[in-house]
Amino acid sequence: MPKLQLPAALRRPAKPGSNGQVDGKAPEDLRETPAARPEPKVTDQAVEAGKDVVGWVDQRTGLSGFLTGMLYRKVPKGTNWFYTLGSATLFAFVVQAITGVFLAMYYTPSPTQAYGSVTHLTNDVFLGEFVRGMHKWGASVMIILLFLHMGRTFFFGAYKYPRELNWVIGVVLLILTFVMGLTGYLLPFDQRSFWATVVANNITATGPVVGPYLADFLRAGAEFGPTTLTRFYAIHMLLVPGAIIALIGAHLYLVVKLGTTAPPWLKAQRPGSTRPVEAVVAGANGASPNGDRSRT
Amino acid sequence: MNAADKQRYLEEYELQKKKGKPFFPYAVLKDSVMALLVVLVIIFMSLMLGAEQGPKADPTSTTYVPRPEWYFFFLFELLRVLKPPELVPLATIGIPTICMVLLLLLPFYDRNPERRPERRPIATTAGILIIIAMAYLTFLGAEAGSPTEIEMTVAKEYDQGKEVVASSGCLACHKIGENGNDGPGPELTHIAERIPRAAIIRSLNVGPGIMPSYAGLSEKKLNAAADFLASLD
Repeated sequence: MPKLQLPAALRRPAKPGSNGQVDGKAPEDLRETPAARPEPKVTDQAVEAGKDVVGWVDQRTGLSGFLTGMLYRKVPKGTNWFYTLGSATLFAFVVQAITGVFLAMYYTPSPTQAYGSVTHLTNDVFLGEFVRGMHKWGASVMIILLFLHMGRTFFFGAYKYPRELNWVIGVVLLILTFVMGLTGYLLPFDQRSFWATVVANNITATGPVVGPYLADFLRAGAEFGPTTLTRFYAIHMLLVPGAIIALIGAHLYLVVKLGTTAPPWLKAQRPGSTRPVEAVVAGANGASPNGDRSRT
Repeated sequence: MNAADKQRYLEEYELQKKKGKPFFPYAVLKDSVMALLVVLVIIFMSLMLGAEQGPKADPTSTTYVPRPEWYFFFLFELLRVLKPPELVPLATIGIPTICMVLLLLLPFYDRNPERRPERRPIATTAGILIIIAMAYLTFLGAEAGSPTEIEMTVAKEYDQGKEVVASSGCLACHKIGENGNDGPGPELTHIAERIPRAAIIRSLNVGPGIMPSYAGLSEKKLNAAADFLASLD
């Protein structure tokens, strides 16, 4: 890789004992003849100015430590394409958020105008149908990626200690994504979406205890009325996306903090040892390495 | 998973991490390739499949078969499988809620420290079975047609009612003779044997359970449909 011009704050931290020099050279002021200073070029000055800005922000936020920690954290050996499913789901969500903002610029959440505004968006607005298609099919792609990501986590046993909480957050994100699918389905306000939502609401109403109240809340009354659409719109645009963004933040924080798992069939070996580490640890604990569930 | 297991895992993970590569640029590169692929697939689907708009929502016209988005098919099909009225709450809320709670609490009852799928036979088998069940139900939901015609001979005075029933989406959830889907609603082939005409009218107006109300239909259509249904014995 070519050497990147990174500001000092973002450079990989030096190894202890190297005296702050990443490339192993002696520090400038310890050399016998200090290098002559050439006249600074305009480009160099621009680079310096950039570094100054980054340094200014870093001095006040301390972001560089976080960024280097996040970017240069090690991922275990054996990390393969299965481990891209989570970030792919996140990316599908970003696509939904961006296309959703553009759709909201043209959509009118009123029972009399919703259908017309979608027709206008689809037929008249530049790239309107394309963006609406991306939002519509992006939802399906996001659901598929979510299930694949969850399947990987399940079959690799990645939800076990110490990552239990992140599994719980992930399941809540799955439920919220389904709520997005349900509430977004009504918004085009055509026959299909209208009647499907009526049935979905009736299904909710058959639920025990809270069912009827939840259905009343969603419908904004006992009957499907004008407020129902604005209510679904608010849930789809503000409430659930806000919750999803907050929970994705928590999810990613835990991923960075706890680290990503290694594929379960890869066993770590201690440096200089040919025995898998489990046997060594079990032996050190006084248990027989062979009698220990014979997992080695 | 006891304290020793936890300690062992943390030590092993520490070693695995030491032998690993930095997140940037190695994992970032893979993630970026995948992100590019995702956006290309979405663009391709949008261009190929488009975003068609159906007819405008109309509470007074029920000529449309309610159909959820494909990823809700498995939930909807559950209603067809568990058809008896006393089981409906179980299918609509009971089973999905139980599944969600089980999914949410998975790390708390699966306390086996083993992580390799082939050494967790119960978990792996259960996972595969659930995937097969969901795929099968989704397939059933995709297969379920939305017929709008009733092929059966009736007396002439019931022809109009037959037309109303056929075009009002009843067949999406009810079976009449050889027509329509068997569920989630009860079969209507011999409905007149079970309830009188007045009760049929009431059901059409109220929409019992998950059935939508047909109060939006005109008086004439509603009576015609009731006449036809009341003739089915």
